[in-house]
Amino acid sequence: MATQNTRTLARLMMAPSVVVLLIWMAVPLAMTLYYSFQNYNLLTPMNVSFAGFFNYQYFYTDPAFFQSIWNTLLLVLGVLAITVIGGTAIALLIDQPIFGQGIVRILVISPFFVMPPVAALIWKNMIMHPGYGVFADIAKFFGVQPIDWFAQFPLFSVIIIVAWQWLPFATLILLTALQSLDSEQREAAEMDGANFFNRFIYLTIPHLSRAVTVVILIQTIFLLGIYAEILVTTNGGPGYASTNLTFLIYRTARLGYDVGGGAAGGIIAVVLANIVAIFLMRAVGKNLDK
Amino acid sequence: MARKVTTGARIGWSIAAWVVALLIFFPILYAVITSLKTEQEAIAGFSLIPSGTFENYITVQTQRDYFKPFMNSVILSVGSTILALIIAIPSAWAMAFAPTKRTKDILMWMLSTKMMPSVAVLLPIFIIFRTFGLLDSRVGLTIMLTLINLPILIWMLYTYFREIPGEILEAARMDGASLWKEIVYVLTPMAVPGIASTLLLNIILAWNEAFWTIQLTTTNAAPLTAFIASFSSPQGLFWAKLSAASTMAIAPILILGWFSQKQLVRGLTFGAVK
Repeated sequence: MATQNTRTLARLMMAPSVVVLLIWMAVPLAMTLYYSFQNYNLLTPMNVSFAGFFNYQYFYTDPAFFQSIWNTLLLVLGVLAITVIGGTAIALLIDQPIFGQGIVRILVISPFFVMPPVAALIWKNMIMHPGYGVFADIAKFFGVQPIDWFAQFPLFSVIIIVAWQWLPFATLILLTALQSLDSEQREAAEMDGANFFNRFIYLTIPHLSRAVTVVILIQTIFLLGIYAEILVTTNGGPGYASTNLTFLIYRTARLGYDVGGGAAGGIIAVVLANIVAIFLMRAVGKNLDK
Repeated sequence: MARKVTTGARIGWSIAAWVVALLIFFPILYAVITSLKTEQEAIAGFSLIPSGTFENYITVQTQRDYFKPFMNSVILSVGSTILALIIAIPSAWAMAFAPTKRTKDILMWMLSTKMMPSVAVLLPIFIIFRTFGLLDSRVGLTIMLTLINLPILIWMLYTYFREIPGEILEAARMDGASLWKEIVYVLTPMAVPGIASTLLLNIILAWNEAFWTIQLTTTNAAPLTAFIASFSSPQGLFWAKLSAASTMAIAPILILGWFSQKQLVRGLTFGAVK
């Protein structure tokens, strides 16, 4: 085992990262917690006073709060449903003996590398625009009135864009998991006369369950923080129709200059993220023990 | 794959897969095509054949100074990646080769910092940055991007380093190699591929980061994410130009991404799926 010397060295090697992350985690979070109990508006920075739970109460009684929580939930669940189901289907498809598998793979994962503002603006202007978008062109071709997506279905439109960005991630991870499925096991099942559906239900699904869990948890962490896609498409509107919690806090803090209110919202977001995080850490932690 | 499949079935699956793949890729393809159209063509209805003008690319540079945000993106993503690697490599190294009882807890704690929603610390960071004059500066943003990606980097490096067999180390020690020699001659060559993959993934993540880059910059340090986001309020005919700017913004990272598919899975699942 390691000598005293190595242990000291190891500690020294770890020190920078631990110190940096400790500061990064503790200082801003402590400040947020502190601000959440203060009346503090950036427009009147001289009038700072203790607010008790007023900011939380303010946030909690804001009608936009529950709508933003609801929108966050719909956004996360909607994208998860599309990406997990679609990702499984596409992964199974690519796993078949197809021609040009490498290129198909590259085409499918590409959206993941597109930065959020670009993804959102391509969809907003070139695909979903009610006058000139591809969807409108298709509608016109069939003689149907084009849909004004961002006015009529703002949240759904955001869900589609975000799902497009994350579908590759789900597909890639599920495909990686599929390909690690032992082909001998699969052949044995085939020899025993298991048909496609039986193989899928009794062999593939149990094998994929771990990958699906990982996909759901990691995506949820990122999906709770969706911001740029909303900013460049609907800007949270109409009204608060496509405002998620992240966007509401951004609005309160940066556009309303309300430090206290924004901080209270931030603490609520931390609590929500932590609930997800606990599950994720457990899933990842299990892997460490192997 | 050893399975026997009839040619007919193979063609059927292939067609289905290609149709799905092209549909998913279509928005990117259409943006590239639109970037080669004139502004009139861009709004003239569906067409996959552009007139092939490169004028939009030139206009984006002359009117909006495209090169500046592009260079900012390069500096920020490469800079933050190198800075993060300098901090992460020794740390991951120590945890992989000299683990203690607390190593697992430290790793989990580092991962937990990644779970903190960015928006929750938006105001403190904004106020700190304003106090120290870091708003809209490349230095400030480099620090920010380093911090948010550091946990992923350490995790990824750790999973790579852990795969380097310990026996090799023992053999080197038996032969009387000092720790320094051990690191330089034995471990480094084995660790390079892992470090390279980590570097690649981190550049991609930093390039595409679109919360802090938009929040903390205005003009000077604005990378492509913030630059493209500023296109959200259209002024006149702009779709072909937007497409040209978008194509240039995503092309380098798309190509890097194609090369790092496998590492992506590993990095973003914290080693849970390989």
